Amino acid sequence: MEAIVNQLPIGLSIGAVLLLIALGLTFTFGQMGVINMAHGEFIMAGAYTAYLLQDWAGRQAVIVALPVAFGVAGLMGLVLERAAIRHFYGRPLDTLLLTWGVSLVLQQAARDLFGAPNVQVQAPSWLQGGIGILPYNRLFIMALAIGSVVAVWAYMSRTSQGRRMRAVMQNRQLAAVMGINTGRVDQRTFFIGSGLAGIAGVALTLIGPVGPALGTYYIVDAFLVVVAGGLGQLRGAVIAAVALGLLNSYAEFWTNASLAKVIVFVAIIAFLQVRPQGLFVLRSRALT
Amino acid sequence: MLSVRSLEAGYGRARVLFGVSFDVEPGRLVCVMGRNGVGKTTLLNTVMGVLPATAGTVTFEGRDVTRLRPHERVRLGLGYVPQGHETFPQLSVMGNLLVTLEASPHKDPGALDEALEVFPRLKPLLKRRAGFLSGGQQQQLAMARALVTRPKLLILDEPTEGIQPSIVQEIEEAIERLHASGLAVLLVEQYLDLALRLADRFFILDAGHVVRAGGAEELRGEEVHRLLAV
Ligand SMILES: Nc1ncnc2c1ncn2[C@@H]1O[C@H](COP(=O)(O)OP(=O)(O)OP(=O)(O)O)[C@@H](O)[C@H]1O
Ligand SMILES: [Mg+2]
Repeated sequence: MEAIVNQLPIGLSIGAVLLLIALGLTFTFGQMGVINMAHGEFIMAGAYTAYLLQDWAGRQAVIVALPVAFGVAGLMGLVLERAAIRHFYGRPLDTLLLTWGVSLVLQQAARDLFGAPNVQVQAPSWLQGGIGILPYNRLFIMALAIGSVVAVWAYMSRTSQGRRMRAVMQNRQLAAVMGINTGRVDQRTFFIGSGLAGIAGVALTLIGPVGPALGTYYIVDAFLVVVAGGLGQLRGAVIAAVALGLLNSYAEFWTNASLAKVIVFVAIIAFLQVRPQGLFVLRSRALT
Repeated sequence: MLSVRSLEAGYGRARVLFGVSFDVEPGRLVCVMGRNGVGKTTLLNTVMGVLPATAGTVTFEGRDVTRLRPHERVRLGLGYVPQGHETFPQLSVMGNLLVTLEASPHKDPGALDEALEVFPRLKPLLKRRAGFLSGGQQQQLAMARALVTRPKLLILDEPTEGIQPSIVQEIEEAIERLHASGLAVLLVEQYLDLALRLADRFFILDAGHVVRAGGAEELRGEEVHRLLAV
């Protein structure tokens, strides 16, 4: 019983990290229909941003890194969209191969820049310790995920930019003939979605080491969260991320890491057999 | 005001428009007619820049807009109401109007009230999701939304198609009033009597060619009926 309870914060914080990653994917994948395999490397870039900022910000690097990593990863996404992805809209297979290639290049670049071995980011001292079974660092990640969900929700439903983004995703051609610069909206969507990956990367430095392949551990799960939650749906992503995080950590606890992955995949495939459209559906038009 | 010369366009290798030329003078209501599938929507989409022109030019107020993107043409004063009363279904009626206002060059909230004066039926529906409106209400929303940009030329693609008769009349009256207030209109319409009531000029498309053009008096005649018969 105690073991079950002890595992809870681990599962929840994994769920929170998945949620942060999936939140970014609801922009680029859920709304624009782009399968960006390099999204995982934006996570990695966010984590290394925190690592580098230690020289300057010391143990507060993680906090300083949140906005900086958002900008760094966001810019990487923006450049990728402008330079490459936009030429392949409506061609998912080409996009997949292209971004997969970019992902490998970015991992190699990280190896060249920072070395192959993992590095460690020192958490702020005030994040050490915890209340009862709840470590502060894991609580912080959960709070970060909740804060990001609220911020994304407010942006999408309460701002004119968010409204414009929703209009483009609901009917791209109509948006264009109503005077909306859809290319600009795509850039913004990509910037925000990729920037959120950077934030997820910073969060990951609090619960583990940072290495060039950091993003690859999470990216497939995060895509599954988006699919299982219903494309582009915030509510669905939240529920699916928490469920997947918990399932993952308990399965890992009772079996082992690789068997846990199998269990998670089987569970999701079974779920998608029953509900192929995910938890929630919104009729939305991807890019054609 | 709008001047289209030798316009050609199509889908992939299938050409639909073959050298279409016509003009819309300021304040005029020009009606495009023709059977299903002759290329009326294709023509409007090419005028708006949704489809690229493979040849020919589109000039608006003396400026060559043939290569401009759709939103740039809207900024210059082209207002488009596409066929099939399209909306942003998950946005509210107000959201549909606002998102257009915010993208317009003037951003004057007064334009919302002006548009709602033309379609007062929308006023009690502002909070409703656009996807839940009836076809007629959606059509009125689509027209109000185009008005919010304060267009100089309003382009309407079959605004009365598949709409309940009570609302058809309101839409017709709205077009008439907008035209009377001096707005230039390019209207695609399949119903001859409606076209006759509204239009100053008309032209008939057949298989991507302009086969007839002129004033309203020329719309009466056997041959015209043949060109429009379905
Ligand atoms: N997206 C498309 N892809 C390929 N062909 C198309 C497409 N849209 C229309 N067409 C073809 O182009 C031709 C002209 O179509 P268009 O929609 O312009 O006709 P229309 O005059 O507007 O007809 P309607 O009165 O039914 O609205 C038709 O033969 C149609 O099949
Ligand atoms: Mg048509």
